[in-house]
Amino acid sequence: MSYLPKPKLHHPKLPTNAIGLTRRDYEGAISTLCAGCGHDSISAAIIQACFNLSLPPHRIAKLSGIGCSSKTPTYFLGAAHGFNSVHGRMPSVLTGAYLANRELIYLGVSGDGDSASIGFGQFAHSIRRGVNMTYIVENNGVYGLTKGQFSATSDLGSVAKKGAVNTDQPIDLAAIAVQLGATFVARSFSGDKEQLVPLIEAALLHEGAAFLDVISPCVAFNNHPGSTKSYDYVREHNDALNRLDVMLPRQEITASYAPGEVTEVTQHDGSVLRLRKLHADHDPTDRASAMHQIMERKAAGEILTGLIYVDPNPTALHEHLGTIPAPLNALGDAELCPGVEALDRINASLR
Amino acid sequence: MPQPITATNDFVVKFANVNGSGSASANGLFAKSIMRMGVPIASRNIFPSNIQGLPTWFEVRVSEAGHMGRRGGVDMMVAMNPQTWDRDVAEIEPGGYLFYDSTRPMPKSRFRDDITVIGVPLTEITNAAYSDPRQRQLFKNIVYLGALSALLDMEVEAVQQSIAAQFKGKEKLIPANFAALEMGRDWAQQNLACPIGLRLKRADAVGDRIFVDGNQAAALGAVYGGATVCAWYPITPSTSLAEAFEKHCGRLRKDPETGAKRYAIVQAEDELASIGMVVGAAWNGARAFTATSGPGVSLMQEFLGLAYFAEIPAVLFDVQRAGPSTGMPTRTQQSDVLSAAYASHGDTKHVLLFPEDPNECFAFGADAFDLADRLQTPIFVMLDLDIGMNDWLCAPFAWDPDRRMDRGKVLTAADLEMVAGFGRYRDVDGDGIPYRTWPGTHPEKGAFFTRGTSRDREARYTEDGGPYVDNMQRLLKKLRTARSLVPRPIATPAKEKARDGVIFYGSTSAAMREALAALDAQGIHLDAMRIRAFPFHDDVAEFIAAHDRVFVVEQNRDAQLRTLLINEEEIDPARLVPVLHYDGTPITARFIRAAIADRASTANVLPFRKATP
Ligand SMILES: Cc1ncc(C[n+]2csc(CCOP(=O)(O)OP(=O)(O)O)c2C)c(N)n1
Ligand code: SF4
Ligand SMILES: [Mg+2]
Repeated sequence: MSYLPKPKLHHPKLPTNAIGLTRRDYEGAISTLCAGCGHDSISAAIIQACFNLSLPPHRIAKLSGIGCSSKTPTYFLGAAHGFNSVHGRMPSVLTGAYLANRELIYLGVSGDGDSASIGFGQFAHSIRRGVNMTYIVENNGVYGLTKGQFSATSDLGSVAKKGAVNTDQPIDLAAIAVQLGATFVARSFSGDKEQLVPLIEAALLHEGAAFLDVISPCVAFNNHPGSTKSYDYVREHNDALNRLDVMLPRQEITASYAPGEVTEVTQHDGSVLRLRKLHADHDPTDRASAMHQIMERKAAGEILTGLIYVDPNPTALHEHLGTIPAPLNALGDAELCPGVEALDRINASLR
Repeated sequence: MPQPITATNDFVVKFANVNGSGSASANGLFAKSIMRMGVPIASRNIFPSNIQGLPTWFEVRVSEAGHMGRRGGVDMMVAMNPQTWDRDVAEIEPGGYLFYDSTRPMPKSRFRDDITVIGVPLTEITNAAYSDPRQRQLFKNIVYLGALSALLDMEVEAVQQSIAAQFKGKEKLIPANFAALEMGRDWAQQNLACPIGLRLKRADAVGDRIFVDGNQAAALGAVYGGATVCAWYPITPSTSLAEAFEKHCGRLRKDPETGAKRYAIVQAEDELASIGMVVGAAWNGARAFTATSGPGVSLMQEFLGLAYFAEIPAVLFDVQRAGPSTGMPTRTQQSDVLSAAYASHGDTKHVLLFPEDPNECFAFGADAFDLADRLQTPIFVMLDLDIGMNDWLCAPFAWDPDRRMDRGKVLTAADLEMVAGFGRYRDVDGDGIPYRTWPGTHPEKGAFFTRGTSRDREARYTEDGGPYVDNMQRLLKKLRTARSLVPRPIATPAKEKARDGVIFYGSTSAAMREALAALDAQGIHLDAMRIRAFPFHDDVAEFIAAHDRVFVVEQNRDAQLRTLLINEEEIDPARLVPVLHYDGTPITARFIRAAIADRASTANVLPFRKATP
């Protein structure tokens, strides 16, 4: 049996967050992934981000498809409900869950096979609908769980462990998310916790479709020379656009920067995204510029990371549909059943 | 020439039209006017997969006796489509009537000499009265309605009332329609021997019945059943169900103060996404459904296995059409029985409900949500094109004011505080149904991981054989529980002791009842059982055991329900005689009667002599 419950022993000196929870309260079962798998670092970053934001774990719903990456929701947020659905279909299940209860926080975890191949359609449609979610693709350029086949995000010319060279064009999910109207698009690297944690925080606070493409090396099948998703390759080609600090609403802003050095974006919930520019002069609220940055860096052979695009005032599917503010799953007979008199009127109209 | 058919309140009129010519509304007026005279009708559209230009038919069966199935045969053909003229003329019963537009002369060879031909120069009349081509076309339909009303002795007031009802809100249009109606009536009365042998006479046989299609009814059932999430992808003949849900919700389900919606409808990108959204919403505590047809059910297979195995309530309305593949997309069949019952890979079985008419579409449409929550599994409501898209005269919708939603075994935060421990897949009550929690319920208790992989009773991943088998056995036990919760079959004993029985379901029921009466009159007595759900109630096996032979009447090629009976109830196939109708048209009473009489007579005639001492 591969379920390994973790003993719940609280160290009295563990730091607590605003709701009195320790980081351990955000953990899940012990991972059964390969030692060194990038996916585990992403799980750790999710745990850290949720702890930092003081989110009540049980108000998060974590959903995934199938793959090593999709297994990870078991390994974080043990107090949250999770749903390991079917291959490539996390987005539709998450959409349905969100329709049922708009008050929970939805975290979708997927792989590059899950989202760029079998589930490419669902990835696209969930984003263009504006589902209020954080959608993380743990992108290793291979199918880990089925042992190393190329995925649709494998770069042209990337070499597989057994020597095959990829001749198909790669799908850049971040670029496509920008095009599809995602209101938050970022890319990061599982090996760069400093960059990744604040990006996940910002995505979780974002009240619209937030997409994160996280490059996450597969140590078993795609970490060798010739792979463009290995730890070494990504470190060498990581071209960070910016560094992010997330300031919660009402949090005092202390550090000061020289003018032009930072861009501040205030999200709808009041959180401030402070971006320290590291690179080109890019306005992260400009969709066309975001697309341009991705294309330009790709042409230069670099991997663009950081917060690529954000719409500080997004709208989401429930607003588009005009549903009531309360969760639909909380409605009872009085609100849902029109009753006998209404039925009598309907009968009369059908005579 | 045979005697012209004479019949009052008991005949079949069929209209042959061109799709998109505006005939549908005139034909509808014809049908409704008859009902206004207190005479029941059963009407059916036969239409192509096309928007404009191809042939369509509308068949109206007038039946004071209340037979709602198709009878078979046509007593009067209103032949308005030159494209289909020959086959339309050929379909008329000997002694029947042909009504046509006589503006352009037809060679004698195109008629038959055993029918009465009634020509009305419709084009000439409308061309003289109107100059606008669109008006000419539309009013031509009303002119033939007027002529028919005179020929069949309809009450003109009944027709006028129907017109007034149809143009409610657009009253300006009423006088022009009345005028066209009069034009047709006058011409017929002045030039033809009115009325003909087929006649209508005021009766009191409609009662409080309503006239509605099954898709509307099922959608209303979903509203009453508390559905809040609908995810769907357009496919004939189910599209109008999702659209009707939207229409009903627009009237019945908005917050009276803010106008905000107490429902969410998403037109998904495909059927995989539709069922995925339903599964996600139901997992999260909403009542959710999709409406689809055979090709959609095929696409949903993987998710249906997940919903079965992970035990998630889901409701599917499968409005069946003629398959396989795109088949005859606008024709009816009952051919998804097996693909729904055993949907998905691995060992699965699903609950199916078989409504017989729109009244049951409403009732089962609401019940399906209680069953789904109670059983935590997908529930299929098996309509077909005949019930779903045709207006049926049926008992009015009924609702018990004391009825409350049965949300099944869901633990709230307070429950979780009370119970000693929670295990998602424990069979606490011995009925095979475990308890569940919705996401977000309690800060520390009740969270679990939902997955399609095998797990133990505590919802922990495992690939051990023991817990897997334990779980698969519990799922069977749950299905056993389902037998007593689903609508029970209805048995109708023959008037005299019968050795043979007949089983039927769904839209076959109306034609079957009529056939039973006719067979009875012929001396062939059959006990009958209408199956209303799968898994089968114990009554079904008992019924079969009590008869020498049981006919199983279905609208598919492969006798799918019969297969299900043989497989699930371990019945000797020789005892179940298939009676199959699957050309895409709704089954008729005549067909059933002939098919059964053929085979039954051999048995009935068999000399049953006791050896004389
Ligand atoms: C319908 C279906 N087809 C194929 C599979 C087999 N399968 C399981 S995981 C997987 C690929 C996963 O790749 P990815 O999403 O990149 O996840 P990773 O393991 O790399 O994290 C495949 C093809 C499946 N589970 N379901
Ligand atoms: S196979 Fe690759 S992706 Fe899967 S756990 Fe191992 S390292 Fe991670
Ligand atoms: Mg992968």
